[in-house]
Amino acid sequence: MNSPSPSTNLAADTDDRWRQLREAAVRRKVPVTLGKILYLQNLTVSFDGFKALNGLTLHVDPGELLCVIGPNGAGKTTMMDVITGKTRPDEGKAWFGNVIDLLTLTELEIVQAGIGRKFQKPTVFEFLSVFENLELALADDKSLWHTLVARLTRAQRDRIDEVLQLIALDDKRTVTAGELAHGQKQWLEIGMLLMQDPELLLVDEPVAGLTPQEIERTGELLLSLAGKHSVVVVEHDMDFVRSMALLHDSTSARVGSLFQLSFKTPRRRNSACQARPFG
Amino acid sequence: MNEKTAIAAFFSHRTNLGFLALLGSAGILAPILNMAVPESSPVHLSSYVVALIGKYLCYAILAIAVDLIWGFCGILSLGHAVFFALGGYAMGMYLMRQIGSRGVYGHAVLPDFMVFLNWDALPWFWYGFDRFWFALIMVVVVPAALAGLFGWLAFRSRVTGVYFSIMTQALSYALLLAFFRNDMGFGGNNGFTDFKELLGFDLQLDSTRAALLVATIVVLAASYSACRMIAGSRAGRVIRSIRDAESRTRFLGFPVESYKLWLFVFSAILAGLAGALYVPQVGIINPSEFAPINSIEVVIWVLVGGRGTLYGAAAGAVLVNYLKTFFTAAMPEVWLYALGAIFIGVTVFLPQGLAGLWPALNRPK
Repeated sequence: MNSPSPSTNLAADTDDRWRQLREAAVRRKVPVTLGKILYLQNLTVSFDGFKALNGLTLHVDPGELLCVIGPNGAGKTTMMDVITGKTRPDEGKAWFGNVIDLLTLTELEIVQAGIGRKFQKPTVFEFLSVFENLELALADDKSLWHTLVARLTRAQRDRIDEVLQLIALDDKRTVTAGELAHGQKQWLEIGMLLMQDPELLLVDEPVAGLTPQEIERTGELLLSLAGKHSVVVVEHDMDFVRSMALLHDSTSARVGSLFQLSFKTPRRRNSACQARPFG
Repeated sequence: MNEKTAIAAFFSHRTNLGFLALLGSAGILAPILNMAVPESSPVHLSSYVVALIGKYLCYAILAIAVDLIWGFCGILSLGHAVFFALGGYAMGMYLMRQIGSRGVYGHAVLPDFMVFLNWDALPWFWYGFDRFWFALIMVVVVPAALAGLFGWLAFRSRVTGVYFSIMTQALSYALLLAFFRNDMGFGGNNGFTDFKELLGFDLQLDSTRAALLVATIVVLAASYSACRMIAGSRAGRVIRSIRDAESRTRFLGFPVESYKLWLFVFSAILAGLAGALYVPQVGIINPSEFAPINSIEVVIWVLVGGRGTLYGAAAGAVLVNYLKTFFTAAMPEVWLYALGAIFIGVTVFLPQGLAGLWPALNRPK
């Protein structure tokens, strides 16, 4: 599988993206006959009377890259917490595909169902090398009895190499993750997310504290993931979202109190960027 | 690196080979210097010293057990003396049954303390301990079962950090009190002593003591190697990840509780084996082995030697206990102060322990 390097012009690579979409559809474990990979309806979460989420409704199409934008305190992280099972909503529904009710699963089960999350603060394992970080994140049997004797297969090794290329840390594979620059840690964390091969990636504030070059690089990386995975990016840095829109030849972005910005994969290239107010 | 098998990786490591070589030479030299070299020779090793080395090396196994869970997984157990003592008691029960009618009261089946308490039959939990293999199974099973139950309750409730440490202290104290009671059937505060023989070999003979020392060295080497291989496997990297970022590791899909539980059980088994080797060499086991302070001392050994290195833990156990032997003979009232000073000194000046000196000295100038 040739994953496009983030630096190539992805919009031009339409055929390749179509192929990736088809592949994603074939290996998809989560049934999405209703056409949505993630379906949140009327979610309400309150902490001691403060409504962190108030009747949030949101859906994500398979292969879509959706940006959720809003100021601090708008409930972006709470939404992620609900999807990943860390917080239980007071009311509302959260479905993954159309058979998995996220509100009934534990955090671990949600990970196993195919939802990966990148936290706001990069939390790579600092004392392990870049390679070993990816090795741990590998989608493989995670039980103790397996990991005691596990050795990487050729395919797994290739997969790690592929992700190392994608996140541009190929030359840093033996470096201890603690020695990486902040931006590189963010990419490594995205790489770790990719190793789990999730259907849906939740990416929380990927560009906080990054340099403009790193921000641009991160935008390219995230765009290159759409199609193969469904991606939800939570960000309050409007410049970043605008630059992603530019990267994707998008035309318009609308600013509301908290709104979503969706980059559709080639199917709807002409309306690539959609803004829907919510929250 | 990942292409190698765990065993090949283990033996390609100089530290591992050095540690095993050191143990091997101790295992060969000590019996020779004790039995083949005449007593008049300056290099003769007295039987007292052989027993002392055996005792230190039992402590080294215990220290490695604690280092495995504390140094690599961040679980600070302040109750490992419990598993050590339980292994010791299981071995002690076998040794008591071996005394047979040679006890003071000459009862064929009942140990002296039961005759003294006017018991007329052996309690059910003493059945089977007249067989060595049964005692050996119990040495492993009893500490493992307690660690399994305790760990399962603690880890599934996500009890971590200092709360876990306090609970293990409470466990030590509870068992200390329980074993003090005469009607528990474990000899009350006197415990077990006056052992005669092990597998038919007289425990007072130099050859038996040498064999016990060699057995201790073999178990120590095996424990070290097993822990090192666990640490070097992918599971070892998961375990260190749990230490540094538990919830992150859980989020990668690893069943963190199961890793902690099995590691804790394995560590308890090592502690139990250490206790079982300790009892025939020191000739006594009593409830003071459960004392909460003992478990804390183990942590100090590991700290002095160097946490997370395994060989450092073993070296720390031997060194601190040598100092303890020295001080308690020369100036007993000073020992606790000395221990406190060592603890503070190491924490302030050698945060990596003595093992941390090694890379510092080896660093190219």
